[in-house]
Amino acid sequence: MSLGPYASFIVTSYALVAAVVLLLIVWIVADYRRQRAHLKEIEASGVTRRSGRSAADIR
Amino acid sequence: MKLTETLTDLANPTRFLALTARILPWLAGATAILLAIGLYQSAMAPDDYQQGATVKIMFIHVPNAWLSMFVWGVMSVAALGTLVWRHPLADVAAKAAAPIGAAFTFLALVTGSLWGRPMWGTYWEWDARLTSVLILFLMYLGLMALWRAVEDPSRAARAAAVLTLVGAINIPIIKFSVDWWNTLHQPASVLRMGGSTLDKAFLWPLLVMAIAFSLLFITLHLAAMRNEILRRRVRSLQMMQASRVTFASEAAAGPKEIGAA
Repeated sequence: MSLGPYASFIVTSYALVAAVVLLLIVWIVADYRRQRAHLKEIEASGVTRRSGRSAADIR
Repeated sequence: MKLTETLTDLANPTRFLALTARILPWLAGATAILLAIGLYQSAMAPDDYQQGATVKIMFIHVPNAWLSMFVWGVMSVAALGTLVWRHPLADVAAKAAAPIGAAFTFLALVTGSLWGRPMWGTYWEWDARLTSVLILFLMYLGLMALWRAVEDPSRAARAAAVLTLVGAINIPIIKFSVDWWNTLHQPASVLRMGGSTLDKAFLWPLLVMAIAFSLLFITLHLAAMRNEILRRRVRSLQMMQASRVTFASEAAAGPKEIGAA
């Protein structure tokens, strides 16, 4: 597969899209872990939801 | 009736979390498979007789451009949900969608620019299509800044919903800018009256990539909504924790005499 004289433009476009999509995925996964850790930390200190259910238990 | 029941069920954040925990792995799997097929088809697509291999940029530029407008559409429906129906998850949906929409808009702008340089001879031109998409990107950033600036989520929700609905005026302007004004950007070639002008060799990879990116958005959006629900739980528990500490310290200080010298 030859990309011709403008190969750098094509490769840069695809690489950039891959990088931004990966960044979004990593950011969302990291945010999820951070919120779960916060919830566990607060519940460990004895503060719970009014329903009595664990806020970190989301399944 | 069934749809109303489903929407009512989903209004409960706990049920929403349980449901999305089950469907997210399937959505992520389907997204990965479709992306792989789309990328393979894009790589195998023939060169265009005028553009050569640069036509391959279309397979990532167009889905990102479509999604940049679609995500604002989703946010506008969510804004109505906040202002009219007061759906508990409407603001969560809008807030979670904004950074993802901003990322797609950024990618549409940059890949368009990288496609424009070899085809038009310039990275940027202040024509109606490019300028209106840049305004859309700035509006995404503005909304994200608004949510960060206002601490109380319910107050931020109403302000953001109004701003989102005002900003929705820009969506038809972006779509029809190529028809209303004389632009360097080409007119619509897929979603147009009279059918697509694209050859099937380009149309199929483009449609597969568009569906793959749409699934990617749905997957990321649901995951980001879950995070936002958890963030709000953290906030309410932290407020309960703070009020307990205040109450305990006031009780330890003992009763105060009113009007004591």
